Amino acid sequence: MYDVVVVGAGPAGSMAAKTAAEQGLNVLLVEKRQEIGTPVRCAEGISRESIEKFFEVDKKWIAAEVTGAKIYAPDKTEIVMSEEMAGNEVGYVLERKIFDRHVARLAAKAGAEVYVKTAMVDFERKDGKVKLKLRRLGEEWEVETKILIGADGVESKIGRKAGIIKTLKLNEVESCAQYLMAGLDIDENYTYFYLGREIAPGGYAWIFPKGNGSANVGIGVLPKMAEKTAKEYLDAFIEKEGIEGKIVEFVAGAVPVYGEIETAVTDNIMLAGDAAYHADPITGGGIANALSAGYYAGKVAAEAVQKNDFSASFLRRYDELWKNDFGKKLKRNKKLQLKFIDMDDALLNKLAGAIAGKNLREMSVAAIVKELLKAHPKLLWDLKDLF
Amino acid sequence: MARKAIVDRRKCAYCGACVAVCPADANELVETFLEIYDDRCTGCGICVKMCPMGALAMVEVE
Ligand SMILES: Cc1cc2nc3c(=O)[nH]c(=O)nc-3n(C[C@H](O)[C@H](O)[C@H](O)COP(=O)(O)OP(=O)(O)OC[C@H]3O[C@@H](n4cnc5c(N)ncnc54)[C@H](O)[C@@H]3O)c2cc1C
Ligand code: SF4
Ligand code: SF4
Repeated sequence: MYDVVVVGAGPAGSMAAKTAAEQGLNVLLVEKRQEIGTPVRCAEGISRESIEKFFEVDKKWIAAEVTGAKIYAPDKTEIVMSEEMAGNEVGYVLERKIFDRHVARLAAKAGAEVYVKTAMVDFERKDGKVKLKLRRLGEEWEVETKILIGADGVESKIGRKAGIIKTLKLNEVESCAQYLMAGLDIDENYTYFYLGREIAPGGYAWIFPKGNGSANVGIGVLPKMAEKTAKEYLDAFIEKEGIEGKIVEFVAGAVPVYGEIETAVTDNIMLAGDAAYHADPITGGGIANALSAGYYAGKVAAEAVQKNDFSASFLRRYDELWKNDFGKKLKRNKKLQLKFIDMDDALLNKLAGAIAGKNLREMSVAAIVKELLKAHPKLLWDLKDLF
Repeated sequence: MARKAIVDRRKCAYCGACVAVCPADANELVETFLEIYDDRCTGCGICVKMCPMGALAMVEVE
């Protein structure tokens, strides 16, 4: 019997497996894809701080470093955010194909067993443990574990079957499409964000440079507001912006923009990362929270094994940890997102105009909203207590 | 007659977006492809709105 079985070898799962194995637990990490990290479902942007908290940075999995962000309102009013000192990179654009494998390898090195091309097809909680049905190359077998960590991403079946989360509604998730484009003529020191209902209803379009004239060019839309597919919105955006380059890779995906869930645990089970809707509802960024959640889940798994207590009430320690870390921010940014998706293009233009040209030194959503509150306290009065 | 979702596997990008929103647990990303289980599909059409690729459609079946 395993102490911990982790399902899903994305950032959340590999981090959980690594952490639990480092604490001496008997760990199995199960991934249904045949290659960890592919196909990529991500624009790969992350703050420098979030990565350096857990890893020694290795250039092999950093595609580019950026020093700031440029945000465009529908009328092309530009808001620039950049660190005070030039050359002080604040963000990384990862090479997730390599990064995800790196984290999985660290888990293996710490002693976790890793099965790829192996899907968890069913599970059942019984007699204080979990029985899992695994399938590889058409063959099915069972394993037992004290703790199951569901890091199975936005498509999570574990959370729904265990009754921890509800299925996402069409206004709680972004539908995304992205091209990796080569031969682009852009300033690679910045990431670029394009707002507007016409461009991306309920979401935004982005350009994240990946070095040597290449970049992730993508879009996320809220299906509830969208009138065509994400891919069609992306093609329209590229055409309208006159972005010229060659498409060398295609990406599709979904990001939960749900906000904070009540709990991510039940008896014997913890959810981490996108499976627990941990992605940020306003930016759609989920790597950082997935890594942190995986880390906390691994830690609490070790405590639970030591105490031989796998009850939901014990595992709530995990809830406490992730909520203390980023729960409040999820809740706040969900409120902000609801406000944002209500804004029409005229209002976005007006707000952007009010703070354009201001020197925003910090690269964060909070920095923008604080500046907006100074410029337009009445329009955003209901947000003032949040920031 | 009943409405069911079908997938065009030549358009599908294997992204799991439709699985995230299906209220009936009627679809699954198998190791390398998307599977829709007709017996569970209620014909609600939610997955069709979600799909970033336009790979899903509703059809009438006997
Ligand atoms: C287009 C797009 C752009 C994005 N851009 C960014 C960005 O720039 N920055 C950022 O921080 N975040 C971004 N995100 C979000 C980010 O990709 C996710 O938040 C992150 O990958 C979540 O990590 P995870 O470990 O929770 O899940 P995932 O990385 O999704 O990993 C889940 C894993 O579980 C596996 N799995 C699922 N079910 C089973 C099963 N039954 N058996 C075995 N294995 C299973 C899957 O195959 C998968 O490998 C973006 C998302 C999309 C779609
Ligand atoms: S949402 Fe569309 S592209 Fe993604 S897996 Fe489902 S059918 Fe395929
Ligand atoms: S039509 Fe509804 S029930 Fe059928 S697969 Fe799509 S989302 Fe699921």
